[in-house]
Amino acid sequence: MCSLEKRGTLFILTLTGTDGDDQHRLGPQVIASLLSTLSRIAAEAIPGSVLITTAHGRYYSTGFDLIWARKAESGAAAANRLHSMVNSLKPVAAALMALPMPTIAALNGHAAAAGFLLAICHDYVLMRSDVGVLYMPEVDLGLPLPDYFAAMFRSKIRSPTVMREVVMSGVKVKAAEGVKMGMVDSAHDSAESVVEASMRLAEKLSRRKWVGDVYADIRKSLYPDACAVLDLPLKPLLERGILEIENGA
Amino acid sequence: MCSLEKRGTLFILTLTGTDGDDQHRLGPQVIASLLSTLSRIAAEAIPGSVLITTAHGRYYSTGFDLIWARKAESGAAAANRLHSMVNSLKPVAAALMALPMPTIAALNGHAAAAGFLLAICHDYVLMRSDVGVLYMPEVDLGLPLPDYFAAMFRSKIRSPTVMREVVMSGVKVKAAEGVKMGMVDSAHDSAESVVEASMRLAEKLSRRKWVGDVYADIRKSLYPDACAVLDLPLKPLLEHSKDKGGKGQWDLQLCFE
Repeated sequence: MCSLEKRGTLFILTLTGTDGDDQHRLGPQVIASLLSTLSRIAAEAIPGSVLITTAHGRYYSTGFDLIWARKAESGAAAANRLHSMVNSLKPVAAALMALPMPTIAALNGHAAAAGFLLAICHDYVLMRSDVGVLYMPEVDLGLPLPDYFAAMFRSKIRSPTVMREVVMSGVKVKAAEGVKMGMVDSAHDSAESVVEASMRLAEKLSRRKWVGDVYADIRKSLYPDACAVLDLPLKPLLERGILEIENGA
Repeated sequence: MCSLEKRGTLFILTLTGTDGDDQHRLGPQVIASLLSTLSRIAAEAIPGSVLITTAHGRYYSTGFDLIWARKAESGAAAANRLHSMVNSLKPVAAALMALPMPTIAALNGHAAAAGFLLAICHDYVLMRSDVGVLYMPEVDLGLPLPDYFAAMFRSKIRSPTVMREVVMSGVKVKAAEGVKMGMVDSAHDSAESVVEASMRLAEKLSRRKWVGDVYADIRKSLYPDACAVLDLPLKPLLEHSKDKGGKGQWDLQLCFE
């Protein structure tokens, strides 16, 4: 599952996983919990709201719950379980890309596969340097990428070399390397310090008191390919801008 | 033409050109030879297969055989010959982008025009630093770019500045500069050392034993624009995971340390 805490204008979403799973795998219940929590956050947004997502321990998330998938009664049923998780996470990625506030992934540990995907759906990625790697294991596991995974990686990683290393070659990337590759904004030497730095960043962003819908529209307009794959409609900006000016915003 | 050698899991494709042409120009026979050789390589792929393409001498390839085009009986016929080479190379570019294994271009020398295009269709580009430049002469020759040339350059060169310098301005780029610009993975100081480095890289990649079809699907999913221009269809996920057992795909003991 995930837990939600509000501290002033900050929303802090913590991935907790099911049944004490310390890898915070994204199974059906966790995904459903994420979706409803993000809906709630969007509904409660005010100017200056900021979201931080994080987890506790050595893992942010290692991705889909393949253990649950494997427990199915046949190979075909297992593939169906995987497919259902792939399909149900897409609206979560869409919700993050449409969230009416800045979003910060405070990576307390390993982020792999769908967990890595979740991280790059955020505007900012801060990462712990003493523990944790970013890793796309799909090529090593013989699994191709869901369409929106490819779309998000293409959108957030522009360098063909980095895309090749990270997505086609399954290189495991620590925080410092992630910063050099442009995927991570900053590296921090402990779990506490990455959360602290995320809170400071969130407070700095919060003081700008951005109108969330406008912030989200601008974000989406910069990622039209990903939005198309995520089935996110783009609103014409002018319509919105005129309304805001008329209302004396 | 091109020759094919197998060394264990490595495929080594050497561009040899026609009639002792040391510039290894891409005329109709060379292009046909490339296409059939790549088909054969794809058919013989196993987990861990890797392709290296290279050539001997001071040239990788200087592009289409404009000498052959010019020998046609009229300007219109010459344009047709060029057009036919442009059309026939497109499936070669597509074959490289769809090849079910990592691909390495070991540039022994100059790579210009369609030769440069061929190089950037590879996953890795290693280049010799003592001889050779990368060069797109089209702007200097007054020739626009075929659609798939532009698509591949847009896809593999993301920087507007580098695109402008290389594609719009015909700058000749040596290996070290190519590395700085992000088009070349590494520079090596002789023909022998670029091939040797390519072999070492190939062996390293080979040890991963990637399932080729999945590797190719992931590659294509990262380049949808280029794939569309190259008429390469993208497969949906589920169909794929049903067909393949995958390599321990359900066996999720990911190693993080």
